Amino acid sequence: MNPVVDALARSWRDPRGRAGAIMLGAIAAGAAVGPIFLPDPLAQPCVLECRNLAPSWAHPFGTDDLSRDILSRVATGGRISLAVATLAVGLSVTLGAAMGLVAGYWGGTVDAGLMRLVDAALAIPRLFLLLLVLAVWDQVPMPVLIVLIGVTGWFGTGRLVRGEALRLREESYVRAAEALGANRRRIIFRHLLPNTAGPLLVAATLGVGDVILLEAGLSFLGLGVPLPTPSWGGMILDAKSLLFTAPWAGIFPGLAIVMTVLSANLFGDALRDAVDPRGA
Amino acid sequence: MTAWLARRITQAVVTFGVAVALMFVLMRLAPGDPLSRMQEDRMMDPAEIAKTRAIFKLDQPIHRQFAAFVKGVLRGDLGLSIEHGLPVNTLLASRIGPTLLLGGATILLNFTLGLWLGVRQAVRRGSREDRTLTALSLAGYATPSFWLGLVLAWLVGIKLHWLPVAGMQSPLLAPDAPWLARAADIGAHLVLPALTLSIVTIAGTMRYQRAALLEVLRLPYIGTARAKGIPERAVIWRHAWRNALFPVITLFGLWLPLLVTGAVFVEMVFAWPGLGSLAAGAALGRDYPLVMGTALLAAGLVVTASLLTDVAYALLDPRVRYT
Amino acid sequence: MTRVLDVENLRVSFPDTGKNRVYPVDGVSLSLDRGETLALVGESGCGKSLTSLALLRLVPSPGRIEEGSAIRLGGTDVLALQGEALRKIRGRRIGMIFQDPMTSLNPVFTVGNQIAEGVRAHFDVSKSEAWQRALKLLEEVGIPDPAARLDSYPHQLSGGMRQRVMIAIALSAEPEILVADEPTTALDVTVQAQILEVLDRLRDSHGMAVLLITHDLGIVAGRADRVAVMYAGQIVEEAPTDRLFARPSHPYTQGLFASVPRITGPVGRLSPIGGSVPPPGAWPGGCRFRPRCPQAFEKSETMPPLLPVETDHRMRCWLAENGADASD
Repeated sequence: MNPVVDALARSWRDPRGRAGAIMLGAIAAGAAVGPIFLPDPLAQPCVLECRNLAPSWAHPFGTDDLSRDILSRVATGGRISLAVATLAVGLSVTLGAAMGLVAGYWGGTVDAGLMRLVDAALAIPRLFLLLLVLAVWDQVPMPVLIVLIGVTGWFGTGRLVRGEALRLREESYVRAAEALGANRRRIIFRHLLPNTAGPLLVAATLGVGDVILLEAGLSFLGLGVPLPTPSWGGMILDAKSLLFTAPWAGIFPGLAIVMTVLSANLFGDALRDAVDPRGA
Repeated sequence: MTAWLARRITQAVVTFGVAVALMFVLMRLAPGDPLSRMQEDRMMDPAEIAKTRAIFKLDQPIHRQFAAFVKGVLRGDLGLSIEHGLPVNTLLASRIGPTLLLGGATILLNFTLGLWLGVRQAVRRGSREDRTLTALSLAGYATPSFWLGLVLAWLVGIKLHWLPVAGMQSPLLAPDAPWLARAADIGAHLVLPALTLSIVTIAGTMRYQRAALLEVLRLPYIGTARAKGIPERAVIWRHAWRNALFPVITLFGLWLPLLVTGAVFVEMVFAWPGLGSLAAGAALGRDYPLVMGTALLAAGLVVTASLLTDVAYALLDPRVRYT
Repeated sequence: MTRVLDVENLRVSFPDTGKNRVYPVDGVSLSLDRGETLALVGESGCGKSLTSLALLRLVPSPGRIEEGSAIRLGGTDVLALQGEALRKIRGRRIGMIFQDPMTSLNPVFTVGNQIAEGVRAHFDVSKSEAWQRALKLLEEVGIPDPAARLDSYPHQLSGGMRQRVMIAIALSAEPEILVADEPTTALDVTVQAQILEVLDRLRDSHGMAVLLITHDLGIVAGRADRVAVMYAGQIVEEAPTDRLFARPSHPYTQGLFASVPRITGPVGRLSPIGGSVPPPGAWPGGCRFRPRCPQAFEKSETMPPLLPVETDHRMRCWLAENGADASD
């Protein structure tokens, strides 16, 4: 059986994997479909009497100080967070796989150079890498934010894939393919890449959790998702001044982050054990 | 050992050097230069802007800028903060103490609690307690530090009035109060930030310790120890734990970036006067020399910690070969 | 003769798939008299090491010793012991030597430390007295320059030296029984002989009973008083050593002998037994050796009990009933 399908099937049999997958699926579905049925997350229906309302049937998560419905904002923020995370992680994993394969397969100076870069990049906490760019940029448009998060996230994956490529390069079937005169492209795409698919999938799943936390953090600092688009981190920033009047304004987006990251990590853990049973 | 150490130090220096170059490149990724926005933001006089630009050598070609920057780093001169108008060095020096205090307290809390819980989990592997602790620590790891900080501040500080939630010292305390009272005051301010940072980072320590101990408990020399008839407590803590500590030491190097990042948010939430809140403020204020300074310091800390980790590892484990 | 160890119907089980359990040790009975050496012989996977671990209740989790098993050390019922009482028999009544000296010593403690620890676990002596005793033990096991070796770490010693240290640890609390689980398997041939010589000497000088667990019939002759051959969790043949060597009767024992190269006799092909010990759970009904046995017949489809071959010589094979063992 295809090793990736096999790993997915095995993590589904793992209670952690199943719980994580179901929770993540439910959150993603809620974020995708919810906003269609919910009020406009930017609408400010009235000025005074519906500000800072406690949770009720009309507003299950309450309203914020601008009378906006918090449930709608959490759902729409989820769309943004999940989209940013998925796209950014997709970019990171692609870059990591490409750089890792190049370094591991070509070796020599290319490898040495890339690995020095990876060492250095991993020495700067990712948040600071982003602060360096964002501190100069005025208001970052969303696509740029996604690219920046993606580009600062491939280093760990790159190192991982390089290790795998180095190991696989010595395997007899790769040696045999080389002896038969297969070109590099064919060896990389046909032999190396499929065999790193498992670890890449694990890195991607765990990466989603990390990026959701990172994006929330940036938005909390006011450097992430541009206003007035709702985002979980941005909502918590808004709620900072409402601790006395409307604590629910901050509780719900925070819980959304915890649930999403936790389910991604649970699934990722189960997946890792399925891909590499030694770690179990 | 000396040759190995020399090689390891060279490696650290190279890593830091490449990191510095990388930071410079990242700063220049954004369109325009850091001062192009000054005009509308601060309504500065264009002549003033031009002067500042000259101070930061932004009017020169990029390779000159880089050369000037590297020269500054080598001399230990990181320039002037745009926002504070003070040398970046001075600012960093004034903020490093509180951050080290917070970091030290967090490490202490994280490691004592995390190692102990990890050992318990490994000894009772597969039990309900093991699973519950894993779930709790994973939930902690999934929690944004700034949100947890706000929740704890709201609950413990505002609702219960148990602990202070802002700053490092109480403004009401007389400056000539006895040192014990001042220490207790700082300690009380330290509890919530350190607790927040520990909760969000403890999962890594527990998981590492659990896995490392399980690995060791499978080894034959544990059987030898048990067959000798020493108490099980001694088997676990003396024979197994000593060996299971080595992998955890390496965790320290991996874990420091997490701590530095967490400190940015936690210091901001609790108004802790450290490097983290300085960095957050600098990024918000588009104070690019200061952002660069804090990032340099963060990278320096990480590189140094990873170097020290390796050295500690080599010193503690009699088997490590210095090759 | 004083009985020092009595094992009856020992069964050790491990969970298998679902609710099933498998029995890698399935009804083993054996006994040891004071000063006697019993060799427990079999291929890897036959359950001999697990049997030895069970004596000290060291069966690794999730394995367990089943109800109905009995292990008695003199008058002590080992299976009834708990906590401190159990700890006190480990090392004190039975000393244990493990197979691989490379991994059986803790790498972070000095040799002296590890021996003295065993002394202090059972005798109320000061630290320096324990170290004195450790020094004496190192002398006894024949380590050159023992005073200096006390402060060595295991990785600074050769395999043979480490195994001597293991023996010193096993003797640290002066046990009446020594269990040696493949004590020489991991060592070079020349070193093997030295270690065996040390074991023989110490057995005689301390008057210990020895349970020697091995897959190597070559080290049994001239060393063990009795031999028990184990296959698939059961003892399949037992006899005094000279009788077993003169007249190996069970087809499995004969197979073991056929796979040992001999200096005397015609040079022929070594004939190893085809196949290997199947894992527990894959054992056939009836005689467990049946699928690999060249002499299996209809009756082999029911499990044979241990049947007498001659005085003190029994085997788990229906051929014993014919009065004729398989060699005829």
